[in-house]
Amino acid sequence: MENTVIKFDHVSKEYRLGAIGGGTLRGDLQSFMARICGREDPNAMIGAKQYNGNERFLALNDISFEVKKGEALGIIGHNGAGKSTLLKLLSRVTAPSAGTISYNGRIASMLEVGTGFHPELTGRENVYMNGAILGMTKAEISKKFDDIVAFAEMEQFIDTPVKRYSSGMYVKLAFSVAAHLDSEIMIMDEVLAVGDMAFQKKCLDKLRDAAKQEGRTVLYVSHNMNTIRQLCDRCIVLNKGQIIFDGLPEEAISIYMNKQMTDNVKIDFENYHRSQWAMMRQKVFLTEASFPNKKTVEFMSGEPMYINLKWRNVQDVSHAGLRIEIWNLEDVAQATYVLYDFYSGKKDDTADVTLKLDVSMLMDAEYKTYFTFFNKDKNGNNFDIECVPGLCFIRNNTNAEQKWAWRPKNWGYVQLPSPEILNI
Amino acid sequence: MNTPTFQTTISSRRSWFDLNLRELWRYRDLITLFVRRTFVSQYKQTVLGPAWAIIQPLLTTVVLTVVFGNIAGLAPSGVPSFIFYFCASMAWGYFSSCLTATSNTFTANAAILGKVYFPRLVMPVSTVLSQLISFAVQYIFFLGFLFYYMATGANVHPNLCVLLTPLLLVHMAMLSLGIGIIISAVTTKYRDLAMVVGFGVQLWMYATPVAYDVTIIPEQYRALYMLNPVTPIITLIRYAYLGYGEPYWGAYGFSWCVTFVILLLGVMLFNRVEKTFMDTV
Repeated sequence: MENTVIKFDHVSKEYRLGAIGGGTLRGDLQSFMARICGREDPNAMIGAKQYNGNERFLALNDISFEVKKGEALGIIGHNGAGKSTLLKLLSRVTAPSAGTISYNGRIASMLEVGTGFHPELTGRENVYMNGAILGMTKAEISKKFDDIVAFAEMEQFIDTPVKRYSSGMYVKLAFSVAAHLDSEIMIMDEVLAVGDMAFQKKCLDKLRDAAKQEGRTVLYVSHNMNTIRQLCDRCIVLNKGQIIFDGLPEEAISIYMNKQMTDNVKIDFENYHRSQWAMMRQKVFLTEASFPNKKTVEFMSGEPMYINLKWRNVQDVSHAGLRIEIWNLEDVAQATYVLYDFYSGKKDDTADVTLKLDVSMLMDAEYKTYFTFFNKDKNGNNFDIECVPGLCFIRNNTNAEQKWAWRPKNWGYVQLPSPEILNI
Repeated sequence: MNTPTFQTTISSRRSWFDLNLRELWRYRDLITLFVRRTFVSQYKQTVLGPAWAIIQPLLTTVVLTVVFGNIAGLAPSGVPSFIFYFCASMAWGYFSSCLTATSNTFTANAAILGKVYFPRLVMPVSTVLSQLISFAVQYIFFLGFLFYYMATGANVHPNLCVLLTPLLLVHMAMLSLGIGIIISAVTTKYRDLAMVVGFGVQLWMYATPVAYDVTIIPEQYRALYMLNPVTPIITLIRYAYLGYGEPYWGAYGFSWCVTFVILLLGVMLFNRVEKTFMDTV
């Protein structure tokens, strides 16, 4: 209990929709007088409902959670889910409408890169400025100045006005100041996106160290799931102002991503809108795909996958091949089944094919597929004659002999066949 | 379950008066940096640099001297009209620039204030202090002129009241800060007042003996006229440095009372809006 650093206790934040107030003092006074005298509001729109406080928007709705010392907490959610509002409340930019937020220690918040940077001042002056805004004293900044500049790799440009900086340099310097703050709590809101990969990695390492070695608490908001995975050991998913999940990052990410997964065992492509470009070279029109005799899209260990495809030819087809591309939910291709030269047919023919796929090498996760028909041209290159996003499915190996958790982050999604032992 | 104690608690409670001066003091480095930033950035990429701090009031004084002194004949006889006007316009300049600068604190700095927390009072306080730098430059020039006039035997006689100068400055700073933060607190929601400030200050100047002397106000209205809290400050400065006119101690005391009331009101209002103004600004 003692190492709880941040506590949100039934916190709500409410915004009024539409224009705030009448916009002018006179208008508000008129409305106010009218309300007192019981007359109709002269500023109300004709036919509009009387202002009764109902046109409110809850950016945060009764949020409660605690963060422990040394924890790196990720916060994810769609735009408008309330992530930034939450961080704003915690960094005291604005006050909650209800509930209390308590915390221990100082907070370094980076809701924006380089707050208070003045374009006319030099890098050096701005480091002091920014540091002071974040709550450091002059002496503290002086003590850390060299570290800050070295971390940002900005020794050469430190006496140049920041208006001449590139946006990357700007971010590096600004982040560097915040990272060297002696605060117990660090708040980062999607600020690393501008730096290059090397610097992003450096920052994440720095944040990790801050949490793991120095025992500081990090709250991190991002849409980049990889950085969440690398940095956080706990993750909150916000949706419409409420916490819908609080737990391990991997699970949180799949919950957040889940929206893209469909659990239909049958898809009708009759009305699927193909792009103009794809239609020009289209020869095959896939009409339906299904997992025959399945009620769910979950495939247990040892269970082969049967896929039934139905199509009609829009042109003559010869020597067509089929690819079944397996993607994860973060839109990264993971593996592909290929069937070479398996079909030829005349225009307007229809076909109905059932395939058996060995999915034992795919590890526990949720997958999407793409069904692509292709031809080889005379130079040996593939070109697609039909491509549609296909069925989604879930692999579940809970009954497999190896009862250890597969870590796709480090090991990938495919488990290759075990190597053969020649001698031991 | 034992409830852990926390150092800081943020709640929806909005109090009328919880001025946290200790916190303000902890951020003193930020105040000095803001003062520096304002001053440095103001004169970057200008040819004349800080000289502008003196050119502006000097020209104002010349205009006052020519228009009100020579053409309208409002300057009193017996005292050099240039120094008579310079003295008052320097003081009024400090007061009015503090007032206009603090009155748009929230709206002008919304970008910073919307992203990071520090005691909001840091902003207006640093504004008032940064105006002090321009005042200091003008003051040095003023002393130069004063010595010149004294050396040439003009009718100027500084007396011991000059020792009150720091008090007068604090007085003007507090008064302008008070009015400024009241306006800034109200302008977060209603921008009307921001419009009023510009010509309001102008009008106020004519209600204050800057361009003329108090003696032109008819005796029966004098008491009413003295209710203007800036008037006794200006007359006291003229009395102290030029030995001209009267100090009007009674009115000066009353001016302090007004200042305290306004400042208290300002801080209360400021406290009230500072937590949530970001949602309305």
